[in-house]
Amino acid sequence: MAEFRLPENSRIKPGRKFAAVDGAANVRKFIVYRYEPDSGENPRTDTYEVDMDRCGPMVLDALIKIKNEIDPTLTFRRSCREGICGSCAMNIDGTNTLACTKATDEVSGDVKIYPLPHMPVVKDLVPDLTNFYAQYASIKPWLQSRTPAPPDQERLQSREDQLKINEPSACILCACCSTSCPSYWWNGDRYLGPAALLAAYRWIVDTRDEATGDRLDDLEDPFRLYRCHTIMNCTRTCPKGLNPAKAIAETKKLLAERRH
Amino acid sequence: MAANHRPLSPHLQVYRPQITSVLSILHRITGVVMSVGLVALIYWLVALAGGEAAYATALTVLGSVPGKLFLFGWSLAFFYHLSNGVRHLFWDTGRGFEIPQVYRSGWTAVGIATLLTIIFWTAVLSGGQ
Repeated sequence: MAEFRLPENSRIKPGRKFAAVDGAANVRKFIVYRYEPDSGENPRTDTYEVDMDRCGPMVLDALIKIKNEIDPTLTFRRSCREGICGSCAMNIDGTNTLACTKATDEVSGDVKIYPLPHMPVVKDLVPDLTNFYAQYASIKPWLQSRTPAPPDQERLQSREDQLKINEPSACILCACCSTSCPSYWWNGDRYLGPAALLAAYRWIVDTRDEATGDRLDDLEDPFRLYRCHTIMNCTRTCPKGLNPAKAIAETKKLLAERRH
Repeated sequence: MAANHRPLSPHLQVYRPQITSVLSILHRITGVVMSVGLVALIYWLVALAGGEAAYATALTVLGSVPGKLFLFGWSLAFFYHLSNGVRHLFWDTGRGFEIPQVYRSGWTAVGIATLLTIIFWTAVLSGGQ
């Protein structure tokens, strides 16, 4: 059953304010979700005033500046800073995206930053992605083939066949899509979510894979696949411009066609 | 601290409402409103079978300002659910999944629902002439 309110221990309390240094002319306010697991206190939002004349253009630049110069206790994941690792996925200005590819200029007013929605929070902006990764593993994201590979070369593909998997293969598993999906919020324990379903589709349409039938069998379930109600938040929010909703629709079509 | 004591990150509280999610929840809400409206329809049918006095009462109830407002809302819910339902049928064929198409079809569904409601009530209020 969907629980629309946050549990008692998750309700957000007002936090601390860090004023900008004197003389800063171009100041933006960053309102950031904070949670300290050792404190025993509820999460809060801290407000940081950042001098944008001395800060890089992306939201991640601002977070790094805050951590380096204002508050070293601020915790977040980041690695590549160029949109390919998916570590810095978070909710910025109300939608999920990567902090490293989201420009602060794209946000009007105060920049509000929360962890990916409806996830257990480890600390500050770091969500626990255990369930998300387990769901990815459950779709068996590897090539399954009974035919032995040719002894002297790779399993070659035609250009057309490669085009089918190009886009779904570009997913970086940042979890922006799954955690933007209300259906995943209410049924994340049983519904696989857009990211895992996009990955499943990538292997279903791979012409080298020979487990297509098994893969479709595994998805044919009221919850694992059919909790998708085509809300489209996933495609709307994907920072890589991919289309998990379309992949899910194509999967549903394959299942429907298989029955006839 | 044990993992199950971890707080849940905010979701509805912080996620920006957008055409995608708002039209989706409207589809569900209008579905519920239509079911509730069936009660009114059944009441009207029962009154019809119950004789002249019962039917006169039913007409007074349904013709009152709250009654009319409810019937207007019911018709709007019906027409929105209908037009957005057709949008879902297109999606089921794998078409219209690019975000600009989703926005266009969303506004189209809202527009058609509004238009059909206006036409319907114009016809009703003009006595079908």
